[in-house]
Amino acid sequence: MKHPGLINKSAADQPDSFEWTKESLDKINTIIKRYPLNKQQSAVLPLLDLAQRQNEGWLPQKAIEKVAETLKMSFIRVMEVATFYSMFNLEPIGKNFIQICRTTPCWLRGSEKLKKTAKDVTGCNIGETSSDNLFTLVEVECLGACCNAPVVQINDDYFEDLNEDNFKKLLNEIKENVRVKVGSQIGRKGSEPKKI
Amino acid sequence: MLKEEDKIFKNLYGYEDPYLDGAKKRGIWQNTKKILKKSKDQIIDEIKKSELRGRGGAGFPTGLKLSFMPKIVNEKPHYLIINADESEPGTCKDREIIRFDPHMLIEGCLLTSYAINANKCYIYIRGEYILEARVLQNAINEAYENKLLGKNVFGTRWDFDIYLHRGAGAYICGEETALLESLEGKKGQPRLKPPFPAGVGLYGCPTTVNNVETISVIPTILNKGADWFKTLGRPNNSGSKIFCISGHVNNPCNIEEEMGIPLKEIIEKYAGGVRGGWNNLLAVIPGGASVPLIPKSICDDVLMDFDSLKEVNSGLGTAAIIVMDKSTDIIESISRLSHFYMHESCGQCTPCREGTGWMYRIMKKMINGEVDKSYIDKLYDVTKQVEGHTICALGDAAAWPIQGLLRHFRPEVEKRINQAQKNKAVA
Repeated sequence: MKHPGLINKSAADQPDSFEWTKESLDKINTIIKRYPLNKQQSAVLPLLDLAQRQNEGWLPQKAIEKVAETLKMSFIRVMEVATFYSMFNLEPIGKNFIQICRTTPCWLRGSEKLKKTAKDVTGCNIGETSSDNLFTLVEVECLGACCNAPVVQINDDYFEDLNEDNFKKLLNEIKENVRVKVGSQIGRKGSEPKKI
Repeated sequence: MLKEEDKIFKNLYGYEDPYLDGAKKRGIWQNTKKILKKSKDQIIDEIKKSELRGRGGAGFPTGLKLSFMPKIVNEKPHYLIINADESEPGTCKDREIIRFDPHMLIEGCLLTSYAINANKCYIYIRGEYILEARVLQNAINEAYENKLLGKNVFGTRWDFDIYLHRGAGAYICGEETALLESLEGKKGQPRLKPPFPAGVGLYGCPTTVNNVETISVIPTILNKGADWFKTLGRPNNSGSKIFCISGHVNNPCNIEEEMGIPLKEIIEKYAGGVRGGWNNLLAVIPGGASVPLIPKSICDDVLMDFDSLKEVNSGLGTAAIIVMDKSTDIIESISRLSHFYMHESCGQCTPCREGTGWMYRIMKKMINGEVDKSYIDKLYDVTKQVEGHTICALGDAAAWPIQGLLRHFRPEVEKRINQAQKNKAVA
């Protein structure tokens, strides 16, 4: 199955409606002010992101229509943006969206092993959501943290310097709902050489 | 080797406070007022004199780029856009600047915008960098609270605003005109040039797009002078640069060093050497995924700068050094890059949209040698058909890694095919 961000059509199962929350409406007001008058179309990426966050990580058709209405754009203009960018999911995802980097720098440092670990712990294949809706597992292209490879992004957070052991531990902690450590898993602050 | 006092990025590893108090201790915002007393031409001339070349990959002289902007503002406002859509595989330098020293970037935005008469600056950061965007937004807010941004900054009677704009996961938006399209709320598909952004850019207005690292070094150049900057590096390749060393080394890291440092020295001194020793080295991709790889024989004495790497048919690109030792399946390594370009092609130009997919499918078969030998030349031919026949450089970037592979590792590809044919005959 495909990464839900790479699907080019709306999901089969759609909610009946989508409305902005009060909090989102406040945010929209500040977002639109960043762009010149009559250029509110620029706010389409931030608004789609906002809608997706409001809707548990995916964009139903009604949400895309709502963004179009808010920005006075035609539906198809927003839809083509939503399909073009890989971070907009057009199908529901699990509570933890595990994105394993597959590009060369991470692959050289063992991302294939992480893929296997993730499959074992979550019981999902690539592109699948676990039956308890706790995990969705996908592969993504370069996440831009290559000096801390291999890297996995889970929801908003990067987990870096992974190996089979610490990744397994991390996934099990997430499963048990324990608070996890974000960033390097071997105690690095950033991407410094080990001894400096 | 770069001396400690000559380092531009003093908090690259995040040991110190990234915010305003820490930044001021590192000298950021200390001379801004003095620099703003200079004329706009003086600032651009100083940058030109420093021979600073863009740090985003192409290496275009920054001062020259800034001088393309119209000198007088007509009815159309000028814009400065910062390209923080760092997605080139192997590259992770802008991320460190943004999360550990955001005020360097903000001060750079202010000085550059002043020089090109821009009142507004947008920073386009890649969507996945959520934590980094948060840090940068905090720093921008802090700068507003301390009147470093906003109305009449530093008593210049000039208003300046910075806005952060998050992308949403598209490598192509790192191409400057695709970035502008994306910022206007469209699909990120590159525009035909000319017209260049300096004439017709964001919302049809004069615009300059620069990389994070380029803009972040400008305040230091203006502080310490172009002559100081030129003492670092080599002629036409001046200054220092952040190198991202990843792959099969003992300690992958980001490191700021002088341009023109030998590749071997930087890997051995900072990254703990190649896994299993220098003789275990197979090849290096010296400038991010788009540039052709170089085999060990070239790595032994090549220097890391724009001109030296060009001489060996590669490039400095973003200075992202991807190291591969002898255990690497070099064909799969490059085929993963082909997959990356297939995935990231925006679909606008036929040679790239169709070519990247075709090249990947052949590369994938080549991993196990499951093609006819004639496909080697055919593959090379296709890379040549894609290269130079597309609106933006993504087509070239997809072609070069494969050309590099065939240039240096053709016997390996042939060996795989022979082996596969032998196995087939036995079966």
